[in-house]
Amino acid sequence: MGLKGLRFDDRPCADEIEITLDGQPLACRPGESVATALLAAGLRHLRDSPRAKAPRGAFCMMGVCQECAIRIDGRIQQSCLVPVRPGLRVELTPGP
Amino acid sequence: MTGDADLAVIGAGPAGMRAAVTADALGLKAVLLDEAEAPGGQVYRALPPALGPANGQGEEEPDQQRGDGLRAQLAASGAEVRLGRRVWSVLKEAGPGEETRFRIDALGPAGPETLRARALLAATGASERTQPFPGWTLPGVTGLAAATILLKSQRVLPGRRTVVAGAGPLLLLVAAKILKAGGSVPAVIDLAGRRDWLASLPAMAGRPDLLVRGLAWQAALRRAGVPLLYRHGVLQALGGESLERVAVGPLDAEGRPLKGAPARSFEADALAIGHGLTPAIEISRLLGAQHVFERAKGGWVAKTDADGRASLPGLYVAGDGAGIRGAAAAEIQGALAALAAGRDLGALTEAEQSRRAGPLRRAHRRAARFGGAMARLMAARPAGLEAVPAETVVCRCEDVTRAEIETALGQGAADINQLKHFTRCGMGPCQGRMCGEAVAELLALRLGGRAAVGLWTARTPIRPMPLDLVLGDFDYADIPIPPPAPI
Repeated sequence: MGLKGLRFDDRPCADEIEITLDGQPLACRPGESVATALLAAGLRHLRDSPRAKAPRGAFCMMGVCQECAIRIDGRIQQSCLVPVRPGLRVELTPGP
Repeated sequence: MTGDADLAVIGAGPAGMRAAVTADALGLKAVLLDEAEAPGGQVYRALPPALGPANGQGEEEPDQQRGDGLRAQLAASGAEVRLGRRVWSVLKEAGPGEETRFRIDALGPAGPETLRARALLAATGASERTQPFPGWTLPGVTGLAAATILLKSQRVLPGRRTVVAGAGPLLLLVAAKILKAGGSVPAVIDLAGRRDWLASLPAMAGRPDLLVRGLAWQAALRRAGVPLLYRHGVLQALGGESLERVAVGPLDAEGRPLKGAPARSFEADALAIGHGLTPAIEISRLLGAQHVFERAKGGWVAKTDADGRASLPGLYVAGDGAGIRGAAAAEIQGALAALAAGRDLGALTEAEQSRRAGPLRRAHRRAARFGGAMARLMAARPAGLEAVPAETVVCRCEDVTRAEIETALGQGAADINQLKHFTRCGMGPCQGRMCGEAVAELLALRLGGRAAVGLWTARTPIRPMPLDLVLGDFDYADIPIPPPAPI
């Protein structure tokens, strides 16, 4: 299912911010959280649960559920609470 | 004056912002802390500047404009605002002389910091309750409040096709905003019946502005041909790596799925679902204040007087964290609590406090009437949990299923903490915030009520913390080792 085009305004914008996702460049908008940027890029499956190894993605978007905690700049952080900034390194693989 | 602050306020939502502004005007040194990057909380959440009207981007909601007004007052006040602070510990300690004071530890952008304050206001708001159902852990399933954040402050749709489900006024807001932004809504699934909505009309009449907004959302849904299924619930979310389909069915008045009723399903890549709000009480719990279970207020709340004084001297509670009554009521409660703190700290006389609190208390009663009606619409319907299948995950962090919970109960787990020891349910990184309400209701079905179930033991850290940041430069070599005892 195509998930692109989730941003209200998906036209190219001048002040795009580039982060890296598993080493590949990913264009984001200023003001977005990492979780939002990944959603807008069509990525929902962010990690697997530690016990059942079931796919998980962002759930509460407000820093409560910990489901979107992924490796950002080398440290496990809640991606919904981290605003994008140039050069931010996001890693989904290998899992935490 | 001793300590770093007269009044520390935790949580910069409507209650916390208003309290900080009020306390500052009384001449108190107020320090306001919040985890977020901007003050506002959830309802008054700011648009990030880059995504706001100033940059030619979208318009603001009335709530955001109300928040902007309060943010401007806060910025113009002398209150100190510390953002990006994750408060992880709060305790009472002996101050200089006889007095006690509060010690608040937080993790900020520059590392760990400690704040000491003569009085403490917990304005920590609420968290969303979601009743578990098969498939609710699939990526693509999010909270209803999560969808409002995406739509209101991130300007992103939750999905191409989003089923909106659960309870309360957020259903209509989220569905209408998705349509306006060009997304599609296959269905809105409301736990409440038409009759529940009609019953809340008299209270809603007190806020015609909000009533009009609600009717406009409803009209927008009707125009778009979105089916609005009252007294329905989500039975299952289906998909492989992420959500593909949502199965729904009719419920009885208590929220139980009707047996033998035909289920319908909708193709969807997103499901935004929330079953109401429950007060966030970590701080008052950690400090050992008395609490009471009030379903009409969303769950356990700290015992307070009319101005928000908790059972512990120097501790105040305001906003949804003191009982779900909505943003307007929260703001007034914030002012009342600040006045009470000002009185208790000697910044204003008792006569002056009652003169100023009188009109606020009346305004609060009006606002709380509306907020209370909304809270009733989204009050928990725990009977619905009877139908949660055995293999369904209840505790998302530790993948603990309904069956494992029932087994532990059969083995003699006699309250919620014993259940945690038996199963690890509630022991994961969310610290029981996601599953706590559902687990407590599941236990209450067997143990005879929420009071018997009890509450998770409150412990530090109240938020997950990277240990290296708390420790700083501390090393094993720094541990003082006493000389060995003579043999």
